[in-house]
Amino acid sequence: MERIPILRMGQFLLVTIQVDMHDRLAVQLQDDLTQRISEWSSRGVLIDISTLEIVDSFIGRMLANIAAMARVLDAETVVVGMQPAVAITLVELGMSLAGVRTALNVESGMELLYELRGDFHSEMSE
Amino acid sequence: MKSGRQETVPIGNSADVVLARQKVRQWAIEMKFTLVDQTKLVTAASELARNALEHGKGGQMIIEQVENSAKNGLKLVFEDRGPGIKDVEAALRDGFTTGGGMGLGLGGSKRLVNDFEIQSEAGKGTRVTVVRWK
Repeated sequence: MERIPILRMGQFLLVTIQVDMHDRLAVQLQDDLTQRISEWSSRGVLIDISTLEIVDSFIGRMLANIAAMARVLDAETVVVGMQPAVAITLVELGMSLAGVRTALNVESGMELLYELRGDFHSEMSE
Repeated sequence: MKSGRQETVPIGNSADVVLARQKVRQWAIEMKFTLVDQTKLVTAASELARNALEHGKGGQMIIEQVENSAKNGLKLVFEDRGPGIKDVEAALRDGFTTGGGMGLGLGGSKRLVNDFEIQSEAGKGTRVTVVRWK
């Protein structure tokens, strides 16, 4: 079955969504991510949605679910790269993604994750 | 409202919802809608196509170019063969859901378009018609 790849980078997980997601793929990603967080004791998840042309209520709910599930598993989630037109539409649709941390791009998203959860020095000495 | 060319897209599974989004995007680009308007149209189409699939057991979307005396618009008609909507007013309220969703599908997509109309008949199905004008 088709899957969105999850990359492991030290204590964090990186996901870049590069396909026009159908609903089952979104649910699969949710399941896979919670599995990986628990398996690898990840402390943060970064989700890059810069190539997504829309975020509808289903994808929005998936992002909120991932953030909530990750938090229960003691990990932080940052969603990065949302296009301006997508942000305008999402708010008008009625979703503010409350509870989901966001950053403008991958770089500031990683900085945010390190600020929130990271222990850069201990990772370097491992 | 004058009608122009049109195209029908079947909605039978979740891959069809993706196809419906792509078709609406393609038409909106051809009609030179702004990026924000394209995004609103495609997002509304995604919500309504999913509704037709999940609550209406599938159906079809008809895309149509329309015009009135002043401007061009893109009209989308979603028809399903589901049980119909008992209380249309309630279904349009944010947060109202009979499925597992957020209840933003109908009310939310209404905010993303200019014209919005629901016709629903118990046991026969539901037809949602939306237009976004340029």
